[in-house]
Amino acid sequence: MKVGPYLGYLAVGAVLGAVFVQSEVASWYRIQEMFRFGSFHLFGIIGSAIVVSAASLALLRWWGRPIPQVTQPDPVRPRYALGGTVFGLGWGILGACPGPIYALLGMGITSMVVALLSALTGAWAYGLLQDRLPH
Amino acid sequence: MFDSPPGTLPWYVAGPVIGLVVPTLVLIGRKRFGISSSFRHICAAGLPDSSRLKPAYLRYDWRGEGLWNLTFVLGILLGAVAAVALWGMPEPGRTLSEGTSATLARLGLTDFSGFVPSQLISWEALGTPVGWFFLVGGSFLVGFGARYADGCTSGHAITGLSTFRAPSLVAVLGFFAGGLLATHVVLPLVLPLLLR
Repeated sequence: MKVGPYLGYLAVGAVLGAVFVQSEVASWYRIQEMFRFGSFHLFGIIGSAIVVSAASLALLRWWGRPIPQVTQPDPVRPRYALGGTVFGLGWGILGACPGPIYALLGMGITSMVVALLSALTGAWAYGLLQDRLPH
Repeated sequence: MFDSPPGTLPWYVAGPVIGLVVPTLVLIGRKRFGISSSFRHICAAGLPDSSRLKPAYLRYDWRGEGLWNLTFVLGILLGAVAAVALWGMPEPGRTLSEGTSATLARLGLTDFSGFVPSQLISWEALGTPVGWFFLVGGSFLVGFGARYADGCTSGHAITGLSTFRAPSLVAVLGFFAGGLLATHVVLPLVLPLLLR
């Protein structure tokens, strides 16, 4: 196993974790503020992240870099709407999406161990129920 | 109107840095930015293959597919450790917009200190139904929903929308529908009861 790329993933993750803290997107307060349309902050973050990502991927493509893409047809299925809404309910209640769960743990908010374990239980429950859920 | 709250890393810095994660992961190892798949990898790694409770969904080569992703989320955790060590613990509750803090106060929140409200998210809260609702219930929905939708804010909102995927647009609309429902219907019903 080559170590280099893994140091890269670790470093990129660390930058992201620090941004989650300093921009306060990992905070329950800011998520509430977003869903109450109290501030432009989080909309600005998500929106500009999408624009910068799209622009830089276009640049990579222009330079001829191979981009991992979905090659097969990409139909919209019920799972995206259904799972998305379940996720949104959780996001609104917990005030953290998966990345911030790891950041909050790193910040020393140790009760987030329970959140991580419960989120893992949720992922496991999805695996168990997969065949019975509409997709 | 387009200001970030005082003391925060402004949106026009934070957003672009997050956006640059996508091409950087492509350049390092042709990886696709997504965080909730780490939940699947951890479950796959933690449950023994002999277990009857290990569904087919969790039986795959998690090392080959997921070791990069687990390293990445470990980085997120360590980055947060470093941020707090270098710059201290932010207190977003102090700089909330007036409307938001007034509404939260009306719903029963009294303590706006800390990075997250300790009335809802803390070991003390876990001694009461409050903590179970937020930390256990909310998190379960996050883990279940993210895997059901095959992605979360990173995979669908950032990566998916920036690569113009229709399924991601549907998922993100679901994220906001669910979040608005939780914020404007569920919390106003539940918070006053729980915090009474």
